[in-house]
Amino acid sequence: MSGIAKTMETSEDRQAAGEAVISHKIGLHARPSVKLTKLAKQFRSAIRLRAGEDGAWIDAKSVVKVMALKVKAGQVLAFEAAGEDSGEAVTALVALVERNFDEPQD
Amino acid sequence: MSRKTELRWRGTVASRGLVLGPVVVRRSTEGTARRQGTPDEEWQALTDAVERTQQRLQGLAETADEMAAEVLEVQLAILDDEGLLDPAREAIEGGAPADRAWVDVLGDLIAVYEAEEDEYFRARAADLKDLRDSVLAALNGADEVPVATEGSTAILVDRELTPSRFLEMDWTRFRGAALTGGSATSHVAMLARSRGIPLLVGLDGDLSALPQAVEAVLDAEEGWLVLKPEEATRAAFGQAVAARAKEAEQQAAYLAQPAETAGGRRITVLMNVDDPGAVEALDPGHCDGIGLTRTEFLFTGSSLPDETTQYQVYAALVRWASGRPVTIRTLDAGGDKPIAGLTPDGEMNTFLGVRGIRLSLARPDVFRVQLRALARAAALGPLKVMCPMVTVPEEIVQVRELLSQVIMDLRTEGTACAMPQLGMMVEVPAAALRAGGFAVDFYSIGSNDLVQYVTATARDNGALAPLHNPRDPAVLELIGRVVKAGAAADREVSVCGDMAAEPEFLPILLGLGLSAVSVAPAALARVKATIARFDG
Repeated sequence: MSGIAKTMETSEDRQAAGEAVISHKIGLHARPSVKLTKLAKQFRSAIRLRAGEDGAWIDAKSVVKVMALKVKAGQVLAFEAAGEDSGEAVTALVALVERNFDEPQD
Repeated sequence: MSRKTELRWRGTVASRGLVLGPVVVRRSTEGTARRQGTPDEEWQALTDAVERTQQRLQGLAETADEMAAEVLEVQLAILDDEGLLDPAREAIEGGAPADRAWVDVLGDLIAVYEAEEDEYFRARAADLKDLRDSVLAALNGADEVPVATEGSTAILVDRELTPSRFLEMDWTRFRGAALTGGSATSHVAMLARSRGIPLLVGLDGDLSALPQAVEAVLDAEEGWLVLKPEEATRAAFGQAVAARAKEAEQQAAYLAQPAETAGGRRITVLMNVDDPGAVEALDPGHCDGIGLTRTEFLFTGSSLPDETTQYQVYAALVRWASGRPVTIRTLDAGGDKPIAGLTPDGEMNTFLGVRGIRLSLARPDVFRVQLRALARAAALGPLKVMCPMVTVPEEIVQVRELLSQVIMDLRTEGTACAMPQLGMMVEVPAAALRAGGFAVDFYSIGSNDLVQYVTATARDNGALAPLHNPRDPAVLELIGRVVKAGAAADREVSVCGDMAAEPEFLPILLGLGLSAVSVAPAALARVKATIARFDG
């Protein structure tokens, strides 16, 4: 199952952050990467993500960059968004990861 | 006339079948020989090629089945990536040709995926290369597919065959393919199997010297591509191909029909499911339901599958079957199917050890998760739960207790669930001898293990093959007893082992009064045809 996730928003500067644990056994593979970036693109905010505390921040709307991260099962995915819909964006992305991308473990 | 003798190239069978016909040789290349233009022209050429490829893939996606659509969806998403061509633009402005610039765009990602141990990532690397080559082909104006004459039985010979290339080929003109590269676990191999296209991979031969239109025999059963076959080879394979084709044609006529013997007896023909992912491509109307779903595949990862994961798989099967019964076998680990961290280590004789339901009852923590997922999926349609390796009635009593408990828990939680039918595999002679004494709703005879246990011969020991005989009177007597016990208690009895799918053995089973079988999807037509010929 997915681990804990939290979202928080400071309404002043319209920034939001949240995190969730990747639980799919193959990790964040091709199809979930497509789902994630497609969802991210629905928001106007700039959204970046990283895997693990030492990971580099990358554009959450670039499927090539997300796929190249090869996030493994158990790694924490952190999101940061800036923009008018940043809160919704982070909530939606965290929820997608927690729902295991609506994927069976195949 | 050439008096050269035939040339035989070894290959690995990725999808079974036989073809006799001329080869169409393609030599797909990564290196290209475009004439380079100005940076502006190069950039224009690249964006045009990407756009053409997008259109081509979108066209393919509209008609693709689910598995193929997944590959195409990922490829299209990559082409939609806004920043994708940024590095290429930079390289072109710096003087690079469009093709070189494009190859580098995906090069890193391909390298990263190819370096992975995990088969999954390596297969995705092949999908990425496919995308790379599609755009390259468009850049070189070579984005057309190879052609063979209509009605021919051409064999495609190539280094690699990519999923998108596979999907756009007209397989009424090509009857099979042989590749020097490829793997039997690739997407293309899966696509070929699900469409019945014979395919050899890892071909041991040199394509550069192979001329077009040489006649060849593609033997994707034994694993040979025979070039310039001698008269005797050609005649033998020609006959085999013709006989096989005629047989398949006759059998196909039965596929969509309910199975009935020549004597008018209705036989239930169910399907065995190894890979639930492959089911979506099949027509549920070709079978009377699913008679066996192996759940071991769920337990192959590093961690055991959770309830949601299992539920989603079971629920998808119930939905696919659209009202037909779906039988799911509880975890059948142990024996020749060990699972790390679950099956016991160091057993002297694993086939007589803690396997099947014995293991599940010894690990209620794992079993309960599976039963919960099953009870939840049972709320969606007629789901049946089947226990493997049952030996004594007490085991079924324990399973029923556990099942009642999880259903009570689920109801308390307010989760939708239903009590599924509970049945047992009959593989252990002790269970076959007193089948009537088990409190089950149905029986499924696992003939492979039953033969092994009755004749005390290991399934995989070739030296004992003559003893390992499904026709042994002792085996048949036990099967007959189970059929009778089922009839007396009005419980369905089916056979889900290899015996049911063999034209040699199926009539014997029908003669014993059996009225249900469960076989692999590829065997459905043959089995229905065999039943139709049975006079009784």
